[in-house]
Amino acid sequence: MSDRRRWTEHPLVQLTRVRYREFFREPEAVFWVFIFPVLLAAGLGIAFRNRAPERTSVAVVALDSSAAGLADALGRAPEVEVSLLSDSAAAEALRTGEVALVVVPSADGRVEYRFDDTRPESRIARLLVDDALQRAAGRRDPMSVSDRAVHERGSRYIDFLVPGLLGMNLMGSGIWGVGFAIVDARKKRLLKRLIATPMSRPQFLGSFVLSRLTLLVIEVGLLLGFGALVFGVPLRGSLVLLVTICLVSSLAFTSLGLLVASRVQTMEGASGLMNLVMLPMWIFSGVFFSASRFPDSLQPFIQALPLTAVVDALRANILRGAGWVAVAPELAIILAWLAVSFLLALKLFRWR
Amino acid sequence: MQSASGGVALQVRNLRKAYQDVVAVDGLDLEVFAGECFGLLGPNGAGKTTTIEICEGLNTPDAGEVTVLGRHWGKDERELRERLGISLQETQFSEKLTVEETVHLFRSFYRKGAASDAVIAMVQLGEKARSRVGGLSGGQKQRLALACALVGDPELLFLDEPTTGLDPQSRRQLWGLIEGFKSAGRSILLTTHYMEEAERLCDRVAIVDHGRMIALGTPRELIAALRAEHVLEFALAENSTVDEGPLRQIEGVCAAARQGGTYRLQVEELHRAMPALLGELRRQGVQLTELRTHSATLEDVFVSLTGRHLRDE
Repeated sequence: MSDRRRWTEHPLVQLTRVRYREFFREPEAVFWVFIFPVLLAAGLGIAFRNRAPERTSVAVVALDSSAAGLADALGRAPEVEVSLLSDSAAAEALRTGEVALVVVPSADGRVEYRFDDTRPESRIARLLVDDALQRAAGRRDPMSVSDRAVHERGSRYIDFLVPGLLGMNLMGSGIWGVGFAIVDARKKRLLKRLIATPMSRPQFLGSFVLSRLTLLVIEVGLLLGFGALVFGVPLRGSLVLLVTICLVSSLAFTSLGLLVASRVQTMEGASGLMNLVMLPMWIFSGVFFSASRFPDSLQPFIQALPLTAVVDALRANILRGAGWVAVAPELAIILAWLAVSFLLALKLFRWR
Repeated sequence: MQSASGGVALQVRNLRKAYQDVVAVDGLDLEVFAGECFGLLGPNGAGKTTTIEICEGLNTPDAGEVTVLGRHWGKDERELRERLGISLQETQFSEKLTVEETVHLFRSFYRKGAASDAVIAMVQLGEKARSRVGGLSGGQKQRLALACALVGDPELLFLDEPTTGLDPQSRRQLWGLIEGFKSAGRSILLTTHYMEEAERLCDRVAIVDHGRMIALGTPRELIAALRAEHVLEFALAENSTVDEGPLRQIEGVCAAARQGGTYRLQVEELHRAMPALLGELRRQGVQLTELRTHSATLEDVFVSLTGRHLRDE
């Protein structure tokens, strides 16, 4: 630089400040990027919190005197709640799911279990009830066992969810934040006006990257801080690795945003294209449930999606404390997306 | 500082540009002298914007040569960008930024130039410096566009329809600002379809139509070439027509034409032609419903050259 300007007058600094101003002066953007993920985590965390084990409801059909004895034996088992019902009332209760299983005594001292074997809670009830009745009838277990309850942080749904939401947020803010701003500027012919000045084009695109990276700190800090403080989500891995994953992911999604916005002329077109790009990842990438639930034939496609790699790497780092070597394959996929979309975006980008 | 070669700020030779189905510029030659305000005057679709955008290096010609400040777009883009000021048609600046922030941003792109505050004061937006762009009026937005064009202290200023859509007061205010820039010895190329704008601001005017230049000169020369200082227009009651032959014979009438229900006479000596016209109309027994007269303008030059008006109203 031939002149001695203050660093704040440098075009890259000015352009980046413009990005901040445009972002923070748009309350909706601030809400969707910062507040919404936290609300989502709070809502889902409360809805799917792990509760103290519930007692399983079963019914005994009051056919004869033996029914009262059976009910009494079951009543002593701590995990079973038992009620004596008539035959028809018991059938009704089973059908509506009020009870998980119906015990039908018969005159010869045998018992019949009626239950739906496709319902997990009915299968559990079958085990509990049978165990309680056999013991009451005098069964002795040949092996002596003892129980100890362990409540481990990191295995709950909220623990699974927070890294997923973080990945989804990195994707959304990267693609939306960059895409809309660029298409809007193109539509208003501001891009054309800017290239009519000596402005450097790489600095203009660089200002998006730079502003994303700084906003990232708030975005990641807010969500992980909330998860850790409110739900006690653990951070088991190295923080340097966590920051690296977030940085690389954000850059990859920012590049994808540049690519999506490289030619689109209207906001409607941009919006449609962005949703088209993000929809498969919302569905398949395992944000809300594990991606392994999808059939094996889809797995190569799912594993190649950038968000799948991001979410897997974040979970490995945050929940399992995985190191650099363990997340290297995911990082490689993310870097590949970063490189390919950035180069394509540069090649395709239209300034007017 | 390198001055423009031979006192020519901009030279365009045999410029051609066609889009899929329409020829926008069809062999145009232009020369803008250093220190001059040159106007491209023509109706919408005449090829003005295509021409000025090619000169600005924002569009590429199919054929022809463009020399700006003695430089060429292919080779010297970076240097030219530093030396030019550009105001496009219909640029919308970011609504969430303030006037000050916008001018500051544009200032940061240039190695040298005026202080942002000084430029904001120059375009009379000092009171609005801290207001959001979204809240500005049309005239204020155009002055902001002018500020962004001036902030690099340009040698040559391109203005594409700088006052289109503005109210008369805002337009006059902007004219005053452009005159100020001109009086500092800088060169301007502007496009407009307002004849008053061209007459007031431009040292020389090229009238363009269908991508070709159809007249070139100072506004005064162009009007003088009509050989008629005045224009006389009249209309008749419905269903009545007048025989145009005798009208042309009237002393002082240079030309007569009919457009719809309106007759137009180009007149040299109004005080002689007017009574004679009224006498002729009475002789032909037609009923006059309208009669207007004005001093000839560039609009009349355009009408006499093309038979159409600059703005179809």
